[in-house]
Amino acid sequence: MFEIALTDMVFYLFAAVTVASGVLVISARNPVHSVLWLILAFFSAAGLFVLMGAEFLAMLLVVVYVGAVAVLFLFVVMMLDINFTELRQGMLQHLPLGGLIGLVLLGELVALSSAWYFGEDVAKNAASPTPAAEAASNTEALGQLLYTDYIFIFQTAGLILLVAMIGAIVLTLRDRPGVRRQNISAQVNRRPEEAFELVDVETGKGVSLPGKKG
Amino acid sequence: MTVGLGHYLTVAAILFVFGVFGIFLNRKNVIIILMSIELMLLAVNINLVAFSTFQGDMAGQVLAMFVLTVAAAEAAIGLAILVVYFRSRGSIAVEDINQMKG
Repeated sequence: MFEIALTDMVFYLFAAVTVASGVLVISARNPVHSVLWLILAFFSAAGLFVLMGAEFLAMLLVVVYVGAVAVLFLFVVMMLDINFTELRQGMLQHLPLGGLIGLVLLGELVALSSAWYFGEDVAKNAASPTPAAEAASNTEALGQLLYTDYIFIFQTAGLILLVAMIGAIVLTLRDRPGVRRQNISAQVNRRPEEAFELVDVETGKGVSLPGKKG
Repeated sequence: MTVGLGHYLTVAAILFVFGVFGIFLNRKNVIIILMSIELMLLAVNINLVAFSTFQGDMAGQVLAMFVLTVAAAEAAIGLAILVVYFRSRGSIAVEDINQMKG
């Protein structure tokens, strides 16, 4: 009677963890905890992807999101010295409106997805049908598509990442005046005659150093 | 009741709603708002992969990959703007940002 397949149990586990950590992302008191819950949400969403057979995207989610984006968030949260308790004031003021809109949205989405069914000829019209699991792995099939049909979009994605990288560097780079940096060419171009001079010191008189008064 | 497309869509819908709700709840904190946007994009990705799997069409996974790319770029730029804004203002409260006009 309570016979549930193992994959179903795993689905419910991952789904519950994803949703629960989603709640904690938006409700955690400490933003560092929020980021950590976000990482857990991404991780369990990657588990859902594996269940659906999209192993490559699951890997990508772990590598790109957990490894890069979430750590970037963590850096920024820890780097900025922000008074978060002040930011949380008046937080519950928008709760009724937000809750109402959220409930309506959830109702609509669930109504939509529960009434969903595929048409008769949907498999025929697939843009790029999934090959059989024996013919090609998920990664292989994705690569076959990405480097043929979607090559220009793929290149554009790379361009977007390049622009984002340069943009982030340009935005955050600042030229601070008064910072002593090593000037290698000036060091290499230094000649002995301008670096030191020989002075005959008379006994009991001392010398006045160049560049220093007195 | 075996797990089908509807189950995945429901999970994605709940996650998306929490993303929207997070923006309402944390109106002042830009970092949490950015995280809520990431949650919403994750929900969209779950939808795309679910349809891709149950329809037998790989194109959905390709699209999910591009969504991932754009989300990563968006997070990087958003956080860079946040850092620059914090340097000049010493605060990240959303209400102060409208003072930038003019």
